[in-house]
Amino acid sequence: MKKIRRRGRFPAACSKGGTAMKTLMLGNEAVARGLYEAGCALVSSYPGTPSTEITECAARFPELYAEWAPNEKVALEAAFGAALHGQRSFCGMKHVGLNVAADPLFTLSYTGVNAGLVIGVADDAAMHSSQNEQDSRHYAMAAKVPMLEPADSAEALAFTKLAYEISERFDTPVLLKMCTRVSHAQSIVETGERVLPAPRPYEKNPAKYIMMPGNAKKRHPLVEERLAALSLYAETTGVNRVEPGRDTSLGIITASTSYQYVKEACGDRFPVLKLGMAYPMPRQRILDFAASVERLVVVEELDGFIEAHCKALGLSVAGKSLFPPVGELSQRMVAEKLGLPLPESAALSEPIPLRPPVMCAGCPHRGLFYTLKQQGLTVIGDIGCYTLGAMPPLGAIDAVVCMGASVSGLHGFLKAGGDPKKTVAVIGDSTFIHSGVTGLINIAYNDSCGTVIILDNSITGMTGHQQNPTTGFNLRGDPAARVDLEALCRAVGIRRVRVVDPYDLAACAAAVKEELAAEEASVIIARRPCALLKHVRHQPPLSVAQDRCRSCKRCMQLGCPAISMAENGAKIDETLCTGCGLCAQLCSFGALDGGKEAKRA
Amino acid sequence: MTRTTNIMIVGVGGQGSLLASKLLGRLLLSRGYDVKVSEVHGMSQRGGSVVTYVRYGQRVYSPVIDQGEADYILSFELLEAARHAAFLRKGGTIIANSQRISPMPVITGAAAYPEALPEKLAAAGIAMDAFDALSLAGQAGSPKAVNLVLLGRFSRALDFTVEEWLSAIRESVPEKYRAMNERAFLLGRGA
Repeated sequence: MKKIRRRGRFPAACSKGGTAMKTLMLGNEAVARGLYEAGCALVSSYPGTPSTEITECAARFPELYAEWAPNEKVALEAAFGAALHGQRSFCGMKHVGLNVAADPLFTLSYTGVNAGLVIGVADDAAMHSSQNEQDSRHYAMAAKVPMLEPADSAEALAFTKLAYEISERFDTPVLLKMCTRVSHAQSIVETGERVLPAPRPYEKNPAKYIMMPGNAKKRHPLVEERLAALSLYAETTGVNRVEPGRDTSLGIITASTSYQYVKEACGDRFPVLKLGMAYPMPRQRILDFAASVERLVVVEELDGFIEAHCKALGLSVAGKSLFPPVGELSQRMVAEKLGLPLPESAALSEPIPLRPPVMCAGCPHRGLFYTLKQQGLTVIGDIGCYTLGAMPPLGAIDAVVCMGASVSGLHGFLKAGGDPKKTVAVIGDSTFIHSGVTGLINIAYNDSCGTVIILDNSITGMTGHQQNPTTGFNLRGDPAARVDLEALCRAVGIRRVRVVDPYDLAACAAAVKEELAAEEASVIIARRPCALLKHVRHQPPLSVAQDRCRSCKRCMQLGCPAISMAENGAKIDETLCTGCGLCAQLCSFGALDGGKEAKRA
Repeated sequence: MTRTTNIMIVGVGGQGSLLASKLLGRLLLSRGYDVKVSEVHGMSQRGGSVVTYVRYGQRVYSPVIDQGEADYILSFELLEAARHAAFLRKGGTIIANSQRISPMPVITGAAAYPEALPEKLAAAGIAMDAFDALSLAGQAGSPKAVNLVLLGRFSRALDFTVEEWLSAIRESVPEKYRAMNERAFLLGRGA
């Protein structure tokens, strides 16, 4: 098999070794550069916006081994294995990915790491591309591991390297917390050389690495001692710093991107305590800073994490009483809440129609969702591009929670009396491997008559086309073992497994109808590659025979961005249309190309 | 101290705003400015409303641009220009492709595409330079070159030479698209 060539999505600078240079880098590229410079040897991650580019960029360094794991738990455990064997390792994920990897995280806090182990986690305040806006800082406190929090790309690089020093010095995994505005903002970075750490050969040590009760009981007090030592470290580390201000009537404690908003809004006016270490926090430095100012404000996104810490120290501080725990902050909001002048602006008074994201023209998911809508089914959905099947006019999804929840949720829905003839689960190929297959095992093992539809578009779509175990290629684009979805479903005990082309509406309708009617569990694999993949050939765009179009708007039910209604009937945007032919199959009057043959047949 | 200059690039997911910001970032860095470029990846890229922020000056802190702060808004589409008009600072300018792309609520009939947007913006005191960048892009060789046409038009507002712009294009664009993108840029600059 041929290697898949990826186009160069990132400037070559991020992956060039050698002499120091100044360049613009995404925060995520800077983390990857930091991994390279820190001598990291293994990166195992699962893609998730806004964290994905860390691992994609890391894969461009030939000195580093990088891979996409099936899910975040597997990824973190692989990274731990590498650290145990004595190689610096890294695992990257989005905030909700850390929920999946939380199991190993909490116990790795007990075992410690041998070689450095850093976990990159990227939060998504404002939920640009997420299902919740949980604040990952709580994980550091709950798992009792240190967390560093960079505020721009230069810090992303420096903190990544520092994270390895801390990890090895204190024998602990270290969390590196990114967020959308640090991960996806480019700022100036000065690169350095790759320096390989001293070898740390693996040594058998059951008391440290076998976490059964007798051993774990002895490890927990060590975790508490480590935390105390890290608290002392936090008092002296340079990543926590005070920036003086000329007006001490107010002092601001802040971190991450909030620091940038504070500096943008206030310049050098008020003293600022910038925390680069989110956990543990420097008790004495906070007390000293508070004593140096008249009034204390904490500016932080999402939860009042720093604020709660300050209050536990007995300080009087304003935080979430000023700034919302919801969404992102900005320099304007900081200025507004601190009573500083705001820039003027003008706007139109009339409402501007929203432009929500939509399934692309030619998306293979569209035909399947149209079918589900037509049959009036209850659809338990999942996480991916196909979540857009919930948007009007398709509006074909009833519930979406987290990766894999469609399949396991369907099982419970049916056990609770849901109608197996009227209910399905839909899940993408990558999501099915991530955590859908365990739900399918439950359906087979505990015998619910569920119908699961795997939307196999042969790629991880939403995060920007990453390979996964069903595509036959690995992260570097080299041929790899490929999960046979049909065989896998059969192997877990599902006897009815069939494949359908989602571009064929009649076949989709028949398959769904038949599998719902069956008296046992079944899997339908709707298989067609994502229309945005480079190797996917598009058909010529369709055109409308205006004399036949009756403006019945049936084609509009597809929610295809290439179709709109003009005064004289349907109109097709030729720059968008991929010629998938779904609309032609729907047209009763043969007004769309291809409809003619369908009519005659 | 030089004031920070704020440029917003707004459009519809898939229109190529990332290339425009990459090119600008490269050019500004070469001039020795502090630069921040903020992008949006993920779900909103699927045909949604997308925004890129480019900020430069002596020292830039925030990666984003807020209401009343943008010196320039480059808009790939008319409705997006109107949507983001409140981000423009007093005295700022919107440079817009006059193309109209209907969002899904308009396509499904749940909302109407506002009429006479340029006139309404002018009446609200918002300066907009709208022109048919799509036609010029087609003339250059591809409707996808709207980004370079807009950048060409905008380039007249900054004090970089044509040669500096062209060299940033050469560095940012793959060889086989270079000539077409240069044509698009020059057509925009001349328009």
